[in-house]
This record gives sequence, C-alpha cells and structure tokens, in this order.
Amino acid sequence: MSTAPIYADENWNLPSRGMVAMISLLIGESAIFTIFVVAYIFYIGHSVTGPTPAILQVPILNTICLLSSSITIILAERAIEHGQMRRFAFFWAFTMALGIKFLVGTGLEWRDLIYNHGLTISTNLFGTTFYSLVGLHATHVVIGLIMLSIVLIFTLTGHVKQQHAERIKVLALYWHFVDAVWVVVFTVVYIVGR
Amino acid sequence: MADQTLPIPGPTEIPRIGTAGFSEWLHSWIVTVDHKKLGILYVAYSLFFLLVGGVEAMCIRIQLMFPHNHFVSPQVYDELFTMHGTTMVFLVGMPILFGFANYVVPLMVGARDMAFPRLNALSFWLTAFGGILLYFSFVGGFGLYGMGSAPDVGWFAYAPLTAKAFTPGHNTDYWALALIVAGFGTLGTAINLVATIISMRCRGMTLFRMPLFVWLMLAVSGLTLVTITPLTAAQVMLLIDRYLGGHFFDTQAGGSALIWIHFFWIFGHPEVYVLVLPAFGIASEIIPVFSRKAIFGYSTMVGATIAIFFISLAVWAHHMFTVGLTSVSIAFFVLATMVIAVPTGIKIFNWLATMWGGRLRFDTPMLFCVAFVFQFVIAGLTGVILAVAPWDWELHNSYFVIAHFHYVLVGAIVFNIFAAIYYWFPKVTGRMMSEKLGKWHFWVFFAGFHLTFDPMHVVGLLGMPRSIYTYPANRGWNTLNMVISIGAFVQAIGVLIFVWNLIQSLRHGKEAGNDPWDAWTLEWATPSPPPPYNFAVDPVVRSRRPLWDIKHPDDPDWKYEE
Repeated sequence: MSTAPIYADENWNLPSRGMVAMISLLIGESAIFTIFVVAYIFYIGHSVTGPTPAILQVPILNTICLLSSSITIILAERAIEHGQMRRFAFFWAFTMALGIKFLVGTGLEWRDLIYNHGLTISTNLFGTTFYSLVGLHATHVVIGLIMLSIVLIFTLTGHVKQQHAERIKVLALYWHFVDAVWVVVFTVVYIVGR
Repeated sequence: MADQTLPIPGPTEIPRIGTAGFSEWLHSWIVTVDHKKLGILYVAYSLFFLLVGGVEAMCIRIQLMFPHNHFVSPQVYDELFTMHGTTMVFLVGMPILFGFANYVVPLMVGARDMAFPRLNALSFWLTAFGGILLYFSFVGGFGLYGMGSAPDVGWFAYAPLTAKAFTPGHNTDYWALALIVAGFGTLGTAINLVATIISMRCRGMTLFRMPLFVWLMLAVSGLTLVTITPLTAAQVMLLIDRYLGGHFFDTQAGGSALIWIHFFWIFGHPEVYVLVLPAFGIASEIIPVFSRKAIFGYSTMVGATIAIFFISLAVWAHHMFTVGLTSVSIAFFVLATMVIAVPTGIKIFNWLATMWGGRLRFDTPMLFCVAFVFQFVIAGLTGVILAVAPWDWELHNSYFVIAHFHYVLVGAIVFNIFAAIYYWFPKVTGRMMSEKLGKWHFWVFFAGFHLTFDPMHVVGLLGMPRSIYTYPANRGWNTLNMVISIGAFVQAIGVLIFVWNLIQSLRHGKEAGNDPWDAWTLEWATPSPPPPYNFAVDPVVRSRRPLWDIKHPDDPDWKYEE
C-alpha cells in the first residue's frame, strides 16, 4: 500500500461541516416556527372571551435593537476574521447588550399584559397562541445569549483566537436566524394580527 | 500494489486489545462515540423493541381471533394498539434505519466517522431514553394499580380525546414527552447525517458518485428535519394545553381539533417516506450486487428520490378526506397523492431493469429484496386506490387501510430491514449468517406476511373498522380474522427463526472475509469488522463502484461514467 497516484480532483474542498449542520438545524427550526405561526394566524379572531390583539403595543425600539444586533455581530465576525480581538470583543458584547435589551423589553411587555390586561396563556386563544409564539422566539434569544456569553467569557480569557473565526460565523448564523424569525413574528403578531 | 488507488487492507484479523472485564466492556459501549458501535447500539435497541412491538401485535391478533373475545380488557386493548403503532414507528423503524445509516454511511463515503461523533452519541441516548420513558408508562404514574398508564389514544393521538378532560392521568403526557425526547435524538442524527454526507466525503466522491443508499439517506435526513419538527411543535402545544391550561385544541374555547389532525399528518405522511426511502436505499444497494450489474438508471433514481422528497410534503391531507375538506383541497391532495406514484414507479422499473438480464444470485438478502419489489407494487396500488377520495370515503379507517400501510411498513420496510441485516451482518461481525436458517426465515415470514395481510384487505372491504375491541359474529369476518391471526403466528415463528439465526451466527457463523458478496461500495474495502479508524489510508474514488475499478483495472467504470 504505497502512496497512490491521485487522479481525482486535485482541489477537493467540501463545505464546512459546522455550517452545514447549523443550516440543517435552522431548517428544522423554521419548521417548528412555521407550525406556531400557522397556529397563530389560524386562531386570529377565534377567541371566545377576553382581551384581543388590539391591546398590543408595537415594540418598535425592541425590534430596532434586535435587528441592529445582526449588524453588530457582522462587524464582530469581520473583526475576528482579521484578528482584531479587542474590536471583536467590543462588538460581541454590544450584540449581547442589544439582545438583553430585547429580552428585558419583552419581559416588561408581558408584565404589562399580565397585570394590566389580565392576559395569561390560559385566558383565551389569543393568550395561548401569543405567549407560545413570542415565548418560543424569546427562548431562542435566551439560548443564543447563553452561547454568546460563553464565547464572550472565553474571549476575555484569551482563548478565542483568529483561527476560531469559522466557528464564530456558525454561531452568528444562529443569531441571524433568531433575528430573521423576529421579522416574521413581528409582522404576524403586531402588524397582520392586530 | 504500487498502482492501487484504494487502501485494500492487508490483515482481516484485528488485534484484540487486552481481555477486558465486563465492566470495562460495558463502559466501552456506553461512552463510545464511534459511529460503528453506535450503529450497532441503534440496531440492537430497535430489534429489542421490534420484539416488544411484535408481542403487542400478537396480543391484538389473539384478541381479534374470535368474535366477542375477552383476551384483554378494552382499556388494555387501546393501550396495546397505541403502543404497537408508536413503538414500531418511533422505536423500531426510525432508529433501525438511522442505525444502518450510522454504521454504513461514513464507510460508504470513505470517512473516518460521522461529522459530529459526540452529537451522534447524544442522539442515540436521547432516542434510547425516549423509548425507555415511553415504556416506563406501564409502571409509572398510577400504573402499578393496574395495566398501567400507557398511552391509549392511538398513535395519532387525535384531539380532543387528548384533552385533560377526556384523558385524565398521565398516559398522553408519556406519549408526548417520550416522543419529544426521542424526536430531538432523531433531529440530531439527521443533522449529523446531512453534515457527514455533504462535508465528509473522501477525495473524488462527488455527489453523483455516491452510493444510492447515501443519496437516499441524504433525502431522508433532509426530510426528517422538516418532518419530525412539526410533530415536536404540535406536542409542545398539546403539553401547553394539558399543563398550562392553553386552548390550542380546546374546542370549548374556540380551539380546533382539526388543526391537530393537520399538524399530525404534516408530520405523519412525510414520516412514511422517512421510513420507506432508506428501504429503497437498501434495495438499491443489494439488488445490483446480487444481479451482478450496475444499478439501472442511477441518475433517474436520484431524480425520483428528490421528486418524492418534495411531493411527500404535499400529500398529508389524504389522511383527512372524511373530515370535511373543501372540494378544491380534496382535488389537490388526490392529485398530489397520485403524482407521487410516478417517481415511485420509476424506481420499481429501475430495480426490475437492474435484475433484467443479470446473473441473479438468490442469497437471503436478495430474496427479501425481490419480495419487497413485488409487495411494494401491491402496496402502491392499494395506495392509489385509497388516494381516490370517493373510495377513501368508503374505506377510511377500515382494515383495508390497515392492510395497505402494513403492506408498506412490513412488506416493504421490514423486509428490507431483514435484507440489510443479512447483507451487512458479515461486515459488522466478521461472520456470515446461516443461509439455511435465512431461507427458512424468509419463506416462513413471507408466508406469514401474506396470510396476515392479504385477507386483511378483504375484511376491510367487508366493512371491519380499525381499532375496534371486538366484533359481532354475524358479519362474515370470523374466518378471515382467524386466518389473519394464524398468519401473525406464522410471522412470529419466522422472526424467532431470525433471532435464533442471529444468535447462532454471531457465535458459530463462518468467517466472512472482507468482501463476501463481491460488492462494489467502499465499506467492503475494509476488514470485517472494520477497525475504529475505518480506512488506513484515505480512499480516493473515480467512479460509483470504486471496488469494481480495483478488481477490474482493465475495464474500470470511470471510463464510461465521465
């Protein structure tokens, strides 16, 4: 068994397995969100009693925060590609701050709905579909923030280096997905459904 | 050997490392991240549940053997058919097929392991604990006071029966939670397989040189991504209803029972293809090898697979013709369901054309595959019959439907599962399975299968509905039910022969060598069983049949494929 003559393709490059896996995961996630979005749309106006979507305030500032976190994470991705680790840490932390702002905003919104409007998940169909859809998205933000904070900790301890840029991009893709889903949820819940 | 392009390895024997004690042996299986060991674990786990689900089926058949029989109580009967269906789909069908893929796909694409070995182990254990959780229902909750709180709502768990008001206790919760856990395991495996097939192929293994089994598993994994997730979502909604007082499927509060049926079959129908496409893949590997010909119409096979992938996502409502859809949607789903018969038919003709003019070798794997082709045609024909909405209105929820889908699930999928075990057993264990017992297994199981499921069509046409506990004596169903039950016993004998063969061959089977079937895909280039690292040297391929190229350097495939 000697070194064999290689006829086949000299440049044998395959896509990154991390990227392929993340895209696969996100396809699966999209299917989960589709089911919840369909349920939300299907049940618009079906509530028998209780508050209606008219009580919702459009969370404009929240939306701006979350969507701009996609921009800051792109800047962080570029920074790590060029090995500018301080710049990377700054934009990464900035992204997290925007994500946390979004979560706090959602929490305050829910607090208002629960205490001032008496809307809980068991009040009526609107409550059931609203909290489960927005909550599903918020859960994804929480998971994203946990992963982002792990990266931030390891960045601050100096363990994240330029060669990890690809993994960072895989994680960032998840974050972009969470932002993109918010565009759908926002449109369905606060524009179409209100 | 200087001109070899592939590492045809030297020694068949792998040096055994030490003589480890039992605890070390157990430890090595529990912490393993090796795709081959995990594949074996998957298959062993599924075979165990195949026996469990089989025993449940036998109880059902004993209960239905005579009119007014009381072999089990009605409550237990409901639990039996629910657990039989759930077990066979989630704990047997998917894990065993993903187990084969786990073992074979990395070998076939010339990789060292799956793309994410640790995710692979996590997926297996999630699936395994999902199964254990489901069966814990027999003793958990208030189960010790009786038969148990096993799920009893049918494997499709239609709303509003699953609401807290109608199913108190924890039966339905076990069903939903166990399947969510197992579902995450399946999702992990699907992601892993996609990443392995896209990103781990060896040099020269372009997409259109991949073995068809790999192609089919790529399609299956992609389909799983968008199939198992809607079920998980719907089950989360169900749990929100049951635990948090939600109203998704609560008809009293404006919720809709119909939407559950939609969500379930958006999962449920593509699920059938998740199960049957790997079976197609197995047939597409075995039939060429035992016909001594390359597969006929490789690219049309791939095209048909992709067509089935997409069409299967748009046929789910043919399970719902009796719920009152609009005539436009009925027309759409009738047409979509009939259209899917076209790519499936293409595959049938390709298998036939592969056999045509070949030097057929009827070893046990081939016998099962030939029976599969024959039975799958019948299953497809009854499928087209049921796709016609007016016929479906007559036959819906009758034993005709049961007969149709068991023809697919047993006649096609289980037959090919057996074929795959006979085919790859030598690779996995280094020993051949007994051909003599294999032939006995095939013919007994084949006879039992037809004795069971052929009369089932007739009893369905005579109006016997599914899921009934018992039936009156004056409907003309008595003899047929007796025959069906006898057939079930014959099948059970066939399975026992198989189990005996498995145990015997594991100990006393004759040495297999690297390549007992004279096959052409890369897994046969490794020793049997393959070493942990699979290939000593990264393989390089130039055609769809790399081993043919090595065995016939004067007439290699790549001359004709390019």
